[in-house]
Amino acid sequence: MNLLSKPRKWEQFFWPILASALLLALWHYSVIWSGTKVFPSPREVGKGIGELVRHHVLWRDIVDSLRRVAAGFGAAVLLGVPLGLTLGWYPAANQVVNPVMQVLRPISPIAWIPVAIIFFGVGDRAAMFLIFLGAFFPVVLACISGVSNVPSVFRRAGRNFGLTAPQLLAKVLLPAALPQILIGLRIALGIAWLVVVAAEMIAVDSGLGYLVIDSRNSGKRYDLVVAAILMIGVIGLVLDLAFRRLEKLHSVRWGFRFES
Amino acid sequence: MIFERDGKSTHVLNDINLEVGNGEFVCLLGPSGCGKTTLLNAMAGFLSPTSGEIKVNGEAVRKPDPRRIFVFQERGVFPWLTVEGNIGFGLSKLARAEREKRIAHYVKMVGLEGFEKAYPQELSGGMKQRLEVARALAVNPDMLLLDEPFGALDSITRLIMRGELLRIWEAERKTIVFVTHDIDEAVQLADRVVVMSARPATIRQIVNIDIAHPRDISSPRYLQLRDGIFQQIGLAHKV
Repeated sequence: MNLLSKPRKWEQFFWPILASALLLALWHYSVIWSGTKVFPSPREVGKGIGELVRHHVLWRDIVDSLRRVAAGFGAAVLLGVPLGLTLGWYPAANQVVNPVMQVLRPISPIAWIPVAIIFFGVGDRAAMFLIFLGAFFPVVLACISGVSNVPSVFRRAGRNFGLTAPQLLAKVLLPAALPQILIGLRIALGIAWLVVVAAEMIAVDSGLGYLVIDSRNSGKRYDLVVAAILMIGVIGLVLDLAFRRLEKLHSVRWGFRFES
Repeated sequence: MIFERDGKSTHVLNDINLEVGNGEFVCLLGPSGCGKTTLLNAMAGFLSPTSGEIKVNGEAVRKPDPRRIFVFQERGVFPWLTVEGNIGFGLSKLARAEREKRIAHYVKMVGLEGFEKAYPQELSGGMKQRLEVARALAVNPDMLLLDEPFGALDSITRLIMRGELLRIWEAERKTIVFVTHDIDEAVQLADRVVVMSARPATIRQIVNIDIAHPRDISSPRYLQLRDGIFQQIGLAHKV
């Protein structure tokens, strides 16, 4: 085994599939051996997914969850990126705003649920607001540190070629900070997906989070609970993988590799 | 030139009096940390001198200007742009056809044909440095300010790059101020070598290098001039 030898093609798929199969087997036999009446076996969960698909609830819930994430995350990006770039550009402004942000940032969006319900009532907009809160701060902070970490050679080169301040922002600072901004957006999207589930358990009556809580409340259908949990995991993974593709674009790829 | 930092003031440059002719190649030579780069930054307009004045064609230097392009010690090419994008960076005011003509001209001049669509991460160190010189030349400046541009390159590439720079300089006849701490480099390249002292830097001596290009670096005159500078800087000429 040396640095150049790559895993063979079949190995890339074989080991992960084997690991998953073993995990499923462990789950299956744990349910049998423990004699639990509550926790479902993998087969029951499989049936549960089938049932959800047949009754057309699963698809609707997925779409509802994704719609809320799109709205909340989209708003966080639209407001957070310009704000973050501005604060990174003017360190003096950042010093004014920073203390407030540092206090707000560690608050779990879940803590805002009562406030969200007072403002927006029980419904879509409350959930979207919570997702926005969760995604907003990582986006702003990534933009601030992205801009302030731009090497001064790039700024000076930009000024040397006679760029005005807005040109410098658009043609030098933004592209130079973009790799770091993308990492922040990816983290924010992950948080948005975490928050939507929590928000749907309390503030609305549709979506995957609602499906989890509703399956438990209406007849203790733990097979459906676990089925919904699995769907949440799979969709979260798909969102992350989709976002990672952005990092492969030529104009940002330089920021994700070590220079040889 | 005095710097204030953390309440301490550092006297970097003292009583510098230097005149550079049009189309001349001048090397600023001195020990590391002596303030050569500070002087170059002041010439570029990135720093303002605390006292005294820098004038170009009778006009005081107050801010950076595309007529004086600074080529950085660290690699200053933009990693998010291709070779073409980098060379065309300062040309956005030109019409498209003119811009493309200029880009093609300088791609050829620095020998990057075939790499027009490549990103800097795909280029070697020497190619990146040539790209930066091309980006600087493309805006047709009067003056190039080079800050140890070959410092990060290996010694073979560095020798090749010196030849390339001289070839380009002879073709374009820009005024060049070149900062280095390499005595051989200075004597190989410059019309005049400005030998600076340790901080606060003053000009110790200005040496005229009266050898025509291409220079034979084992000729007696070359060795005589080089050894003179070695002594001036106070280095024993033995390893």
